[in-house]
Amino acid sequence: MVMSWIFTGILGISIVFACVTGQGSALAAAIPKGAQNGITLAISMAGAISLWSGVGKLMEHAGFTAFLSRLLRPVLHRVFPSTKTDITAAGYLSANICANFLGLGNAATPMGIQAARRLAKGKDYATNELCRLIVLNTASIQLIPATVAAVRVSQGCQTPFDILPAVWITSFCSAGLGLTAAWIMGKVWHNG
Amino acid sequence: MVDYIVPCLLFAAAAATLRKKENAYDLMLSGAADGLKLMVRLLPCLILLLTAVGMLRASGAIEILSNWLSPFFSLFGIPPETAMLVLIRPISGSAALAVGADLMAQYGVDSLIGRTAAIMLGSTETTFYTISVYFGAAGIQKTRYTLPAALIADLTGFIVASITAKWLF
Repeated sequence: MVMSWIFTGILGISIVFACVTGQGSALAAAIPKGAQNGITLAISMAGAISLWSGVGKLMEHAGFTAFLSRLLRPVLHRVFPSTKTDITAAGYLSANICANFLGLGNAATPMGIQAARRLAKGKDYATNELCRLIVLNTASIQLIPATVAAVRVSQGCQTPFDILPAVWITSFCSAGLGLTAAWIMGKVWHNG
Repeated sequence: MVDYIVPCLLFAAAAATLRKKENAYDLMLSGAADGLKLMVRLLPCLILLLTAVGMLRASGAIEILSNWLSPFFSLFGIPPETAMLVLIRPISGSAALAVGADLMAQYGVDSLIGRTAAIMLGSTETTFYTISVYFGAAGIQKTRYTLPAALIADLTGFIVASITAKWLF
């Protein structure tokens, strides 16, 4: 439903602005051109996306997630104290974070939902740890941003992965500040 | 250094799967087929959204809106050209892809704006979608400070993306 509003809204805004700027013919020409751009983008992305989800399947079977989870344990205990006692939650949580890190969105979400159910502890409000889990998930810490790389390739980029260090620094900062903000707000926010 | 990360990761994934005596090639084939299915689902979205974004660009709306929002974005050091991307990123992933691709085409994929857009796309998530999926599944009514905290994380991402695009290239 949200998308219907966004799509219709964009069309309405375009028409109003085209009337004001007198760009009517450009507006009309943009319609078939945009549709063509859409299919060009999709086709030129398809190769990289498809290959990468093949790699994702391999990483799942090769046990990369399990390996990373072990490395993550000490950090996990600090950010989510209840994982010290709740082994099941710890398992789901680290699987969620590691799958996200490896870009395995399909594997990450079900694990994250299981973790969220454990951290919710049957309450109807979001516990501090649940808030932190979601902030961590929205900050998107990712080793290889494959989708963006595919978009860059489709636009003729020769070095699609040269943004990797920048992406790592950026998502690390946003996760860090998001968690800090959540931690501070968790101290002052009343329950419910 | 960075150049070897992706090739080596590819090799390591295949070698580690082989070591477990699993059929690495077949697994990859089925994964790649899943990826194509995902693309087929994404394709109609991209057609609709690139049409909408193309109209918005042709009408002059993006330029005018960016100019209006420019003082606000400059305050945070975010290039005003990326205003549309910043606004749509937390709401819709496919729309953000369309806007990002439009920015790369408009300004050049290796330009400052093109790179900033790519870093923003790579380091943020569809916040509202994520929140609704997780809280929906866990049956949470009161989200408390989750949304503001997640939006602070997003804003940090947009600001740091603008900085790293400038300083690392």
